Amino acid sequence: MNSIADMGGMHGLGPIRVEENEPVFHAEWERRMFGMFILAFAGGHFNVDMFRYGMEQMPPAEYLGSDYYEHWLHSLTMWIAANGSVTEEEILARMKEIEEREAA
Amino acid sequence: MGAVHEDHNHHRSRVALRVKAVESLLVEKGLVDPAAIDKLVDLYENKIGPRNGARVVAKAWADPEYRKRLLKDGTAAIRELGYSGVQGEEMVVLENTPTVHNMVVCTLCSCYPWPTLGLPPNWYKAAPYRSRAVIDPRGVLAEFGVTLPDGKEIRVWDANAELRYLVLPERPEGTEGMSEEALAELVTRDSMIGVGFAKTP
Repeated sequence: MNSIADMGGMHGLGPIRVEENEPVFHAEWERRMFGMFILAFAGGHFNVDMFRYGMEQMPPAEYLGSDYYEHWLHSLTMWIAANGSVTEEEILARMKEIEEREAA
Repeated sequence: MGAVHEDHNHHRSRVALRVKAVESLLVEKGLVDPAAIDKLVDLYENKIGPRNGARVVAKAWADPEYRKRLLKDGTAAIRELGYSGVQGEEMVVLENTPTVHNMVVCTLCSCYPWPTLGLPPNWYKAAPYRSRAVIDPRGVLAEFGVTLPDGKEIRVWDANAELRYLVLPERPEGTEGMSEEALAELVTRDSMIGVGFAKTP
């Protein structure tokens, strides 16, 4: 598939940014996302090829403008919606609930 | 700039909220155990990392027979030390020599040998390295502060979902007679990706 992910040989994507003593994860949500990926994979929600395909479905501008684990989030939510486990509506509703609870 | 930064922070907090919502739903439906997430995170944050790969390299430097096995069948030789499994099922070890320098990229995504190196750093997963490693390896190496002699051949290897690479860096001079443990201390993560050298004692 010829998508934005197939970026070998592209020009103009900027300098390499190396972070000294980089931590394994940069935020708690990255930790949770990483763990959910492994468990959903182990639980048979997708295989590795499906997972990469899911990341490649991100709109190109969004793909380039987002953090790495957001690509994972995109693919995870695409596949759990596709197999009927969790719908987008449920996610949006739950986000609202959490937000309201945390604001209270 | 201030507004852009704020937008980005807002976006990040929405992403964090979304991840929280997804986890809460998966847990509620019995599809994910939060304690299992904690365990996985601990494993990759504290136990699996480039020290594993460093032990493989140090053993190859110290033991010529192991080196032969490692270059012939990386998967089996690495398994001897117990470093096999998820995202490292098929391993190929690339030998750096005085005439050949190997470096590894995953242009399509972020394929990386987890059992030997742990999870990849952000630069390995980001667009600049993935796009440029295959067309301008010398320029990329220069950004890591690495300069190779003009005549030295560079081989760039594009990892994929099935096959992962580990670079066997050249053994530094002045390390004769050092123990495997001491040698392992000289092996950096970057030297095993091929964007750096092993340290000299």
